[in-house]
Amino acid sequence: MKADPISLLTSLGHAVTSRLDRLGLAARFAFAVFRVLGVVFLRFGLIIRELYFSGVRSLSIVIVSGLFVGMVLAVQGYEVLQRYGSTEALGVIVALSLVRELGPVVSALLFAGRASSAVTAEIGLMRATDQLAAMDMMAVDPLARVIAPRFLAAIFSLPLLAALFSAAGVCGAWIIGVKLIGIDDGAFWSQMQASVDVRIDIVNGVLKSIVFGVAVGLISVFEGFFAVPTAEGVSTATTRTVVTSSLAVLLLDLVLTVMMFRGLN
Amino acid sequence: MSERQDIIRIENVRFAYGERTILDDLSLTIRRGEIVAIMGASGGGKTTLLGLIGGRLTPSVGRVFVEDQNVPTLSKSALYALRRRIGMLFQFGALFTDLSVFENVAFPYREQTDLSEDMIRTLVLMKLEAVGLRGAAHLMPSELSGGMARRVALARAVTLDPSIMLYDEPFTGLDPISVGIIGRLIKRLNAALGMTSIIVTHDLNETLRLADRVVVLSAGKVYCDLAPDDIRVSTDPFIRQFADGLPDGPVPFHYPARDYVGDLLAS
Ligand SMILES: Nc1ncnc2c1ncn2[C@@H]1O[C@H](COP(=O)(O)OP(=O)(O)O)[C@@H](O)[C@H]1O
Ligand SMILES: [Mg+2]
Repeated sequence: MKADPISLLTSLGHAVTSRLDRLGLAARFAFAVFRVLGVVFLRFGLIIRELYFSGVRSLSIVIVSGLFVGMVLAVQGYEVLQRYGSTEALGVIVALSLVRELGPVVSALLFAGRASSAVTAEIGLMRATDQLAAMDMMAVDPLARVIAPRFLAAIFSLPLLAALFSAAGVCGAWIIGVKLIGIDDGAFWSQMQASVDVRIDIVNGVLKSIVFGVAVGLISVFEGFFAVPTAEGVSTATTRTVVTSSLAVLLLDLVLTVMMFRGLN
Repeated sequence: MSERQDIIRIENVRFAYGERTILDDLSLTIRRGEIVAIMGASGGGKTTLLGLIGGRLTPSVGRVFVEDQNVPTLSKSALYALRRRIGMLFQFGALFTDLSVFENVAFPYREQTDLSEDMIRTLVLMKLEAVGLRGAAHLMPSELSGGMARRVALARAVTLDPSIMLYDEPFTGLDPISVGIIGRLIKRLNAALGMTSIIVTHDLNETLRLADRVVVLSAGKVYCDLAPDDIRVSTDPFIRQFADGLPDGPVPFHYPARDYVGDLLAS
């Protein structure tokens, strides 16, 4: 194929319109899902099952990762703080990094890889094997019965997972900083307690995870629901969930961080 | 009175996927209590026709009446109310793979009724007994053979005692014994529950045994609408090709292609 300017322009135009098309589809889908959320709250049992599959089964990977990240932060933080002779601030540095950024962001990325990909594959296969169509023909709305509970489970799980990630991270930093390096135990905790603000740090961190939960949850059910009903289609959709979710989390994090933390002090 | 007899009325329906017209000016009336077989080439729009009757697809032209309700114009809640009276057996059963056989059949009761757990258990076991699989209640769908899965799906489709049953290729991919079993079940259910059945199928023997009428689709229209006995003796080349399973005839063996020799010689 020769890349003459006209055909280049055509394919560029096509790429843009097809992406806009999909964005429009996603928006209408999101609207339809939000409309049935109320019904789902009345049947909490459906959400419990998804909380187990998405949330509970992500616990181990999130806690172990949090521990490692906290340890790394302690090693790096100590190295820098030592130059300024303020190593007892290690607890503050680690806690703020985790609660504000790494907790919400890394747990969302882990969640996208561990849980959302599975949700997309499951819904995609349900579609490919006519299970969603069968449900619809039984006068049971798949959006309310299958999609909404999985979406809500992501929103409920992520703040809790992020909190556990941060907690594990602080423990990891304590092991490295206090137990191995020998920073004063009391200073580590009291400085952390004095400097971590509930409104600015904790609430904002939780807000971030909720927003990430909405994004990651929506992407995973959307990709599954509109997966091409073949083996290849489902695998493509699964990959796309992980890639799109990760990018969405990082982009949203930038936007939220600017909104929340710019101009403090 | 004759109006009441027509449980499904399809009037001049046109349906297209994008540019491709699948059904074109198709009309068909189905009376209460009938077993109607729909035959036609693969990709001829038979599943599409079932989709239109069940309201999963909307025609671009024409009207689809089911129990005197114009399906494409129904609101979602009215459509769902109608669908509670329609059972559908999907081509590969479409059992919920995360639920056991018992829970698959219990699903419509749990979703649509307020029956007690005891009552649901009794009803589910009765439905499973009717398809001969009460002993398989605890199995998961992945542990079933194709024929068993189809029977469970059948039990699930009739849980709410629908007045209309839609079967999409219920015999495809089954061994002859299972075909016989499913065929007899369909006939028995239709009589016992006073249902109306529409069966999309390629299995001519079973069709001629089961159906009151055979509707053959071609080029998006009803090609003919005959009693089974008339199909047996028909001399129409298209019907003979179907009945005798001839590879070539009015339905060509070859997908449209350019000239064979020319294709081979082209570099
Ligand atoms: N979702 C779809 N999008 C586009 N084309 C479709 C879709 N579903 C079916 N088709 C096409 O419509 C035609 C009729 O399909 P179908 O009604 O399933 O045929 P049949 O059940 O008679 O084999 C087929 O050629 C099929 O490729
Ligand atoms: Mg079909």
